Amino acid sequence: MDINTPVSTIYGNSSEKYGEIWKKQVAELQAKFGTAIEEVRLPREWPVEVPVVYVRKESLIAVLDFLRTAPGFEYGFLADLTATDEEVHPRFEVVYQLLSHANMARFRVKARVAEGEEVPTATALWMAANWPEREVWDMFGISFSGHPHLRRILMDERWVGHPLRKDYPLRGYQIFPDTPAPKAELLDKGDR
Amino acid sequence: MEMKTGLPTSPHYSIDHDPDDIWGDSRVAVNIGPTHPAMHGALRMVAKVNGETIEQSYCEFGFTHRAKEKLGENRTYHQFIVYTDRLNYCSALVNNVAYAMSVERLMGVSVPERCVWIRMIASEMARIIDHIVCLGIGAVDIGAFSFFLYGFHQREEAYTLIERLCGARLTTSYTRIGGLMGDAPAGWEDDVKAWVKKTRATLDEMDSLLTGNKIWLQRTVGVARFGKEDCLKYSFTGPCARAAGIDIDLRRDTPYMFYDKVEFDVPIAQNGDVFDRYLVRMEEIRQSLNIIQQCAERMRPGPVWSEDKRTRIPEKDLVHNTMEGLIHHFKFFMTGFDVPEGEAYTTVEAANGELGFYICSKGGPKAHRMRIRGPSIYHFQGLTPMTNGGMIADMVAGLGSINIIAGELDR
Amino acid sequence: MSKDGSSVYFTTKLDDFVSFGRKHSLWPYPFGTSCCGIEMMATLASDYDMARFGAEAIRFSPKQADMLIVAGIVNTKMAPILRTVYEQMAEPKWVISMGACASSGGIFNVYSVTQGIDTIIPVDVYVPGCPPSPEGLIHGVMRLQEMIQEGNTRAQRREQAWKRLNLLSRGRSSSAEEIKQLGSTLE
Repeated sequence: MDINTPVSTIYGNSSEKYGEIWKKQVAELQAKFGTAIEEVRLPREWPVEVPVVYVRKESLIAVLDFLRTAPGFEYGFLADLTATDEEVHPRFEVVYQLLSHANMARFRVKARVAEGEEVPTATALWMAANWPEREVWDMFGISFSGHPHLRRILMDERWVGHPLRKDYPLRGYQIFPDTPAPKAELLDKGDR
Repeated sequence: MEMKTGLPTSPHYSIDHDPDDIWGDSRVAVNIGPTHPAMHGALRMVAKVNGETIEQSYCEFGFTHRAKEKLGENRTYHQFIVYTDRLNYCSALVNNVAYAMSVERLMGVSVPERCVWIRMIASEMARIIDHIVCLGIGAVDIGAFSFFLYGFHQREEAYTLIERLCGARLTTSYTRIGGLMGDAPAGWEDDVKAWVKKTRATLDEMDSLLTGNKIWLQRTVGVARFGKEDCLKYSFTGPCARAAGIDIDLRRDTPYMFYDKVEFDVPIAQNGDVFDRYLVRMEEIRQSLNIIQQCAERMRPGPVWSEDKRTRIPEKDLVHNTMEGLIHHFKFFMTGFDVPEGEAYTTVEAANGELGFYICSKGGPKAHRMRIRGPSIYHFQGLTPMTNGGMIADMVAGLGSINIIAGELDR
Repeated sequence: MSKDGSSVYFTTKLDDFVSFGRKHSLWPYPFGTSCCGIEMMATLASDYDMARFGAEAIRFSPKQADMLIVAGIVNTKMAPILRTVYEQMAEPKWVISMGACASSGGIFNVYSVTQGIDTIIPVDVYVPGCPPSPEGLIHGVMRLQEMIQEGNTRAQRREQAWKRLNLLSRGRSSSAEEIKQLGSTLE
């Protein structure tokens, strides 16, 4: 018994409802983008609940924009932006969770990133991506090219290391004697 | 700059000597710091202020960062339940229910009916108490104190009910993977129905205090307006989005648990200002009371545990008297149960918006990645565009209305 | 404080009277950061009224409050701020560490959490619980009131130590030994 076991629906968004739609959308995506789509995992065949599309990071913004605006897709709502540390090469995967308000279908786009590489920013598509990308930088060390002001968000700005990486210890304690002063340059142009 | 007041000017009262005056004119940088009565929890906003008007600002948070995502990778799925209450601590039961649903989805475990009804009542009660806190504290920030006291009395009654259900008032840790901590005590449903009736009456009293109140309207109508396009760009969900006209509610549009079997309305407003968020939350409390009434009427006695051997904590008489029970208990709590490989992003409609758990499992008793999508981070991001150009007092009203909970903001 | 632990101080009627006044007018500074903050709000609301203890005047300014209730987690990012707030408060000041997170780090033994605020500031009363129910916080406040009446809080021991230092130095200069001995009772 696992994620693909049909159970009495205590959670929504089951693959029975969207199975055919997703298959068509994935086929259209692969036809349009070809080799930019590295891998596709569909719900019944893999232990996932929505289609997961692995995209080459160079074409990431093009794919996201297509998913966001193309008729028949319209996954215009960015539900979440995060990353995972896979510990194999390429080390990280940046994950985008998308939602379509038209038919409430969800989608997931992932981009594999090796250590030290940069991912193009999604802030041009969704203003909401700004802070989650800062959080990914803070927690994993993945930098986003084109981000207006990439800096730490959860940890102190003097923190050394990226906590959510698998090699960072759970108790890697660092304490500072004072709080950083407010920054005038952020007040001049804002941090968007 | 010429001072137009009738005050006498003196060499000491000169703007040139003001050390905060870094722009050389009347603008100052004001730090509305982490310890501040109007900052809910520990949030920091630094604003470039011209008189009373905020021209530009930026926000900082992370002052309550407790590394829950890292803990999710280092604790078993069962041990992580206690950390989920501390996310949106005003409505702890919703987080418990959302987390239990996420792990059950990965495992393919289905829970019996009574468990689902109790989970629904718990979620809706949590939603009500969260809205009461949000509205109460928002009103206190604007200056209306009695509203807070009325609401908090009903909240104490709700806490008494929750304490009878699971032993704790605030950090409930009530759900388990595949069930609940324990069944609701006898007579609990009737007390819940009595509480619903009393809360409806109290809510009418609270409504009469503020909704038609001229001072409240002047302070909240048109303040911190965030329209539909902005809300979509900034990924707003929940009451803040519904106040701007976005007609999405995960309980109705992607029904989970038994939300397709109960009748309720979803309030939508048009303007997206503080007053609309207030109205949407008040009406949502009423609709949640309806849902609780229906669930309490339809609940039947029955088991609250799924009998799936992976998640079923054995009964105490089996543990103490049989070898298999003892070993099962030991393995369950010491090493944890294995969740099959997979990943899922499970969302519920929490009090604040879309609360999501993205759990990646590589087999094994601990998660590989436990990502918590809290709605507050997206809402807090929208505070700066919402309040730029307004006054500091409007920022205070706006911050109170978007209901930032530091627990789910910083995780 | 003498070697066997008993408080060695001259109790005059004035001291008792002043302690009586102080314990019945504790003005809290609610330093609420997380979940314990909600229970603190519930304590300050009408059901578990803390105004009964003279704590009606809740002041969010360190210069205007004397009882610092640290309710909730104190991060490494928040720690310098807590230290600054504590140092800005005027004597006598009392600290209640409310909840498990403030007392010891609680269930969060992680990279970003100070394992107890007593690593940063001196604490008078620890209220255990996660979160402590309002009755627990009120019990803590009442225990603080007892400590104030006995003269046993850290602020009052500081006061007595400074008084003894001043008495010793009147008429002759204190030796470095005496100052060091008395200094060990200071925080």
